[in-house]
Amino acid sequence: MTGAALRVNDVATGSRVLAFGDYQPAKVVTNDDLARTVDTNDEWIRSRVGIVERRIAAPGETIVDMAAQAGGKALAGSGLSPADIDLVIVATCSAETPMPNQAAAVAHRLGIEAPGAFDLNAACAGFCYGLAAADAAVRTGSARNVLVIGAEKMSQWIDWTDRSTCIIFADGAGAAVVGAAAEPGIGPVAWGSAGAHADRIAIADRTSFLRQEGQAVFRWATTAVAPVALAACERAGVAPDDLAAVVPHQANLRIVEAIARKVKAANAVVADDIRRSGNTSGASIPLALSHMIERGDVPSGAPALLIGFGAGLAYAAQVIQIP
Amino acid sequence: MAVATEQQILDGLAEIIDEIVGIDKSEVTPEKNFIDDLDIDSLSMVEIAVAAQEQFGVEIPDDELRNLKTVQDVINFVQNLQQNGANA
Repeated sequence: MTGAALRVNDVATGSRVLAFGDYQPAKVVTNDDLARTVDTNDEWIRSRVGIVERRIAAPGETIVDMAAQAGGKALAGSGLSPADIDLVIVATCSAETPMPNQAAAVAHRLGIEAPGAFDLNAACAGFCYGLAAADAAVRTGSARNVLVIGAEKMSQWIDWTDRSTCIIFADGAGAAVVGAAAEPGIGPVAWGSAGAHADRIAIADRTSFLRQEGQAVFRWATTAVAPVALAACERAGVAPDDLAAVVPHQANLRIVEAIARKVKAANAVVADDIRRSGNTSGASIPLALSHMIERGDVPSGAPALLIGFGAGLAYAAQVIQIP
Repeated sequence: MAVATEQQILDGLAEIIDEIVGIDKSEVTPEKNFIDDLDIDSLSMVEIAVAAQEQFGVEIPDDELRNLKTVQDVINFVQNLQQNGANA
């Protein structure tokens, strides 16, 4: 027996990012600051990971605080009002506690009443996963507009006596407002995971700090990620030479440069936000993009390749149009 | 894949090192130590190993990479694996 077909929403043909926003804590931690507490130095950090300085949240400053700041800025930039947002997604892997989620509290802080609200954990790939979910929600009519935020307080999961991790990670938030568009401005996502390597980057239990197998992760990131990025270009029908920006997750400048070499986007600006922001995990891609747009590095409407990868191991890439 | 001669491996390796860390090909000679003589760090070694894997068709895992201190070490490692692979 066949049931009656379910009614579905009117479908938008495409979605696009309307605006980005960013937030970084006030406190700057330089390499020299770190060299006073662990055995390292400025030259070593710059040459190995490319970081000059990073921002660290104040003790009482939460992921919700940072996410709301970045989200508010993106919302203001989009010209929409809180009432226009039907869904809030917060990509994070560094929450203080597992519940409640961050997204509902962020929505409340921004005056967005009763939206769908969920957190998403794909670590450093989280923002790209969130953007794919937002694109789908808009195009299926589940939401008119979506606020997607990557927000992390990595500092609370870092062992500040472990020089292999404390020099890398940092705090911050980046956000995007996604709305309907006649012409698609968010390309199909290319995503995947490699759970066999789950222990390569992990927080083992509730009393542990983040640990990673640096060399193994470096090898994976510099070999397995570029093909995913090229698959995203292929699916969006954009040749690498036509890209105006390549924005890999800001894991390590050496990884960023290795991926960029393999993508061979001859005319693109390659994000190097890690120099001043450190590795902010799920926040790094929207943070870098927001800074690039603010500086005028990339023109409105130009195609940018976003490449997320990290713990899981999880990865995702897509091509978007710069708002 | 055909077994490469020692000179072919050296030339291929020199080209890879030039591309990844910008060291002139003439600097890459068999007796050179990667860290002490060529100033190549462990992360660049990973990149060089991956490129060498693609070029020579052998696997150079991280555990083995630690033992490859000189250019000659890599030449020997690649030749051994290629010969074993060819005999298999």
